Amino acid sequence: MSMERAYNISVFTENSIGILNRITIIFTRRHLNIESITASESEVKGVYRYTIVVNTSLDQVKKVVAQIEKQVEVLKAFFHTDDEVVHQEIALYKLSTEAFANGGAEKIVREHHARILTIEKDFTIVEKTGQPEELTVLFNDLSSIGVLEFVRSGRVAISKPMKTLEHYLEELEN
Amino acid sequence: MEKNIRGAEAVMRCLVAEKVDTIFGYPGGAIMPIYDALYDFKEQVNHILVRHEQGAIHAAQGFARTSGKVGVCFATSGPGATNLITGLADAMIDSTPVVCVTGQVASHLLGTDAFQETDVIGISMPVTKWNIQVTKAEDIAGAMAKAFYIAGSGRPGPVLVDITKDAQFGMTDFEYKPCEKIRSYSPKPTIQMDDLNAAVDLLNSAQKPFLLIGQGIILSGAEKELVAFAEKSGIPVASTLLGLGAFPTDHPLYVGYLGMHGNYAPNILTNECDVLLAIGMRFDDRVTGDVSRYAKQAKVIHFDIDAAELNKIIKADVAVLADAKEALVHLTELITPKKHENWLGEFRALEKIEHESVVNEAKHPTNGELKMAEVVNLLSEKTDGKAIIVTDVGQHQMITSRYYQYKGFRSNVTSGGLGTMGFSLPAAIGVKLGNPEKTVVAIIGDGGFQMTIQELGTILQAKVDVKILILNNNFLGMVRQWQQLFFDRRYSFTEIVNPNFTAIAKGYSIDALKITERSELDNGLDTLLNSTGAFLLEVVVEQEENVFPMIETGASVSEIRLN
Repeated sequence: MSMERAYNISVFTENSIGILNRITIIFTRRHLNIESITASESEVKGVYRYTIVVNTSLDQVKKVVAQIEKQVEVLKAFFHTDDEVVHQEIALYKLSTEAFANGGAEKIVREHHARILTIEKDFTIVEKTGQPEELTVLFNDLSSIGVLEFVRSGRVAISKPMKTLEHYLEELEN
Repeated sequence: MEKNIRGAEAVMRCLVAEKVDTIFGYPGGAIMPIYDALYDFKEQVNHILVRHEQGAIHAAQGFARTSGKVGVCFATSGPGATNLITGLADAMIDSTPVVCVTGQVASHLLGTDAFQETDVIGISMPVTKWNIQVTKAEDIAGAMAKAFYIAGSGRPGPVLVDITKDAQFGMTDFEYKPCEKIRSYSPKPTIQMDDLNAAVDLLNSAQKPFLLIGQGIILSGAEKELVAFAEKSGIPVASTLLGLGAFPTDHPLYVGYLGMHGNYAPNILTNECDVLLAIGMRFDDRVTGDVSRYAKQAKVIHFDIDAAELNKIIKADVAVLADAKEALVHLTELITPKKHENWLGEFRALEKIEHESVVNEAKHPTNGELKMAEVVNLLSEKTDGKAIIVTDVGQHQMITSRYYQYKGFRSNVTSGGLGTMGFSLPAAIGVKLGNPEKTVVAIIGDGGFQMTIQELGTILQAKVDVKILILNNNFLGMVRQWQQLFFDRRYSFTEIVNPNFTAIAKGYSIDALKITERSELDNGLDTLLNSTGAFLLEVVVEQEENVFPMIETGASVSEIRLN
């Protein structure tokens, strides 16, 4: 029960001010660190979807999800292990255009199936979507020519089970 | 529909629509428009001016806990709002329905560090069931309707509505529609019959079933349903601190009070029963002791209205999401009638041990200084267990919970989960206003009394008939007891030099009496109870009295010490 692993918590909420805070303080209160968090509107207008990644025990994640779901403006909350979801992150890498042109970057970009978003006089932006390890490997490879800035989005995840959000909303309406 | 009224008037009309007749509050700059509107509603709503906002929310809590209605309080922005926080935390952990309306600086000043601006939404978030900031007059009615619905439904709790000054001044058309549904919120669980049947099967085959009740019984108004179930099933009933008053203590199936300073039998036999049935309680650590050695031999059935409580502390064999009253109606219908005489006899045998080694001496000491237990015991006899008792926090609270024989439903008000010293005096004010026909006794230690002593001014101004009983041992007694037992008698800052309490009471025109001798106790309590209006009785008790039995931190319930 006490073994820690990554859990993907998906939360569906109404669109109201402060609900993000209400969710995050549940983690703070239990001394849990959030590894990543993303939030945006879901496929249903007005319903927001959060993907939160946290390393903890099964026992703790169950309790945390119960506390999240207890919040008045939370429609539904779930948790899944990594193998129960399909998940991705996006990363952007800012390189000097000069170094990019001279440093064999083309080969690296090709090998990683990354994309070039823009080339300006001073800098070039490379984009890659993938799993965290893949993004890190690309970062390491590009480091040889120098990465000026690096940003990753945090995980978005969709669970494999097929029950739809609209189905849950219907249950809540009735 | 009212055309074109001020937001502040809309607030008052919402309260009237929710049948609010009592408000506890304190005015200030950012809530002045609401107080101005209140001036026109003085005939419909009784506003009690407290002396500190903490007093307002504790009074609202006392009112709510004993009336079954939602308590309401007003405070201004900034310090007014932050002074509510302790009460919000208390109401949150003790599931008390309260709606707090706070004034806020005008919306264009939000986030500018304006005078008396504080982020009360952010600060109160962890200690409210729900909160909302309203910046437009037209949003007031909707926010207030949701506030009352959320505070009072499901597992009740505190709600805070923060209204900017421009929203209070703004004009709006007004129509009040009570909130009846929020799609993201399910306060009334549908009881799953499979779960219920599994519970009944376990109970019907049990040889030593044991029923633990908590405040959920009181909150769902399940007093009669509980008695009916207990009598049909023959299951012994024990209560948590907040459950006291849910089941008559003189009922033949009542076996006592659970937890750290609870009774001997129910604690020990928690580890002997074969089926543990918990209804409307949350296995607080003060009830369970060491959870790894708590009722391990028993099948556990847990009924609660809050899904997050199920399997939170104690893994239940059968966990049922349900309102206590509805659950009890079903259980009574399905349970096989039984008597558990032998099992009940085990409780009585242990009870006898507790009586012989602790209770008899505590209630009727013959020499030495006055003891807290004898004061509470005599009070219990004189009121026939039918007063509403409002306790503070500490030794006097545990002694009262042990020795007051609660017979009335909703007759026990105390700060349980949070353990807020200073709770009792203001809470008792709210209790009395919600129950004018009842005798209300605030039992308070000398330490806690001084934390909210200013509310004597509220009693003076509003002429609240509260009987104040100070049990004065000139110590912060519970901490001192722990220092004695676990910190080698190093009494670090627990000895307290007290003022002249009776003189202070008299300064507020509250009649008062101090007694120090056993021979004065009978008359002293009569004087307290028979006084016209508020009265303060200070009883000087033994300085170093300890509360026993006791389950030490980390010990199991079955390791409860008698001395």
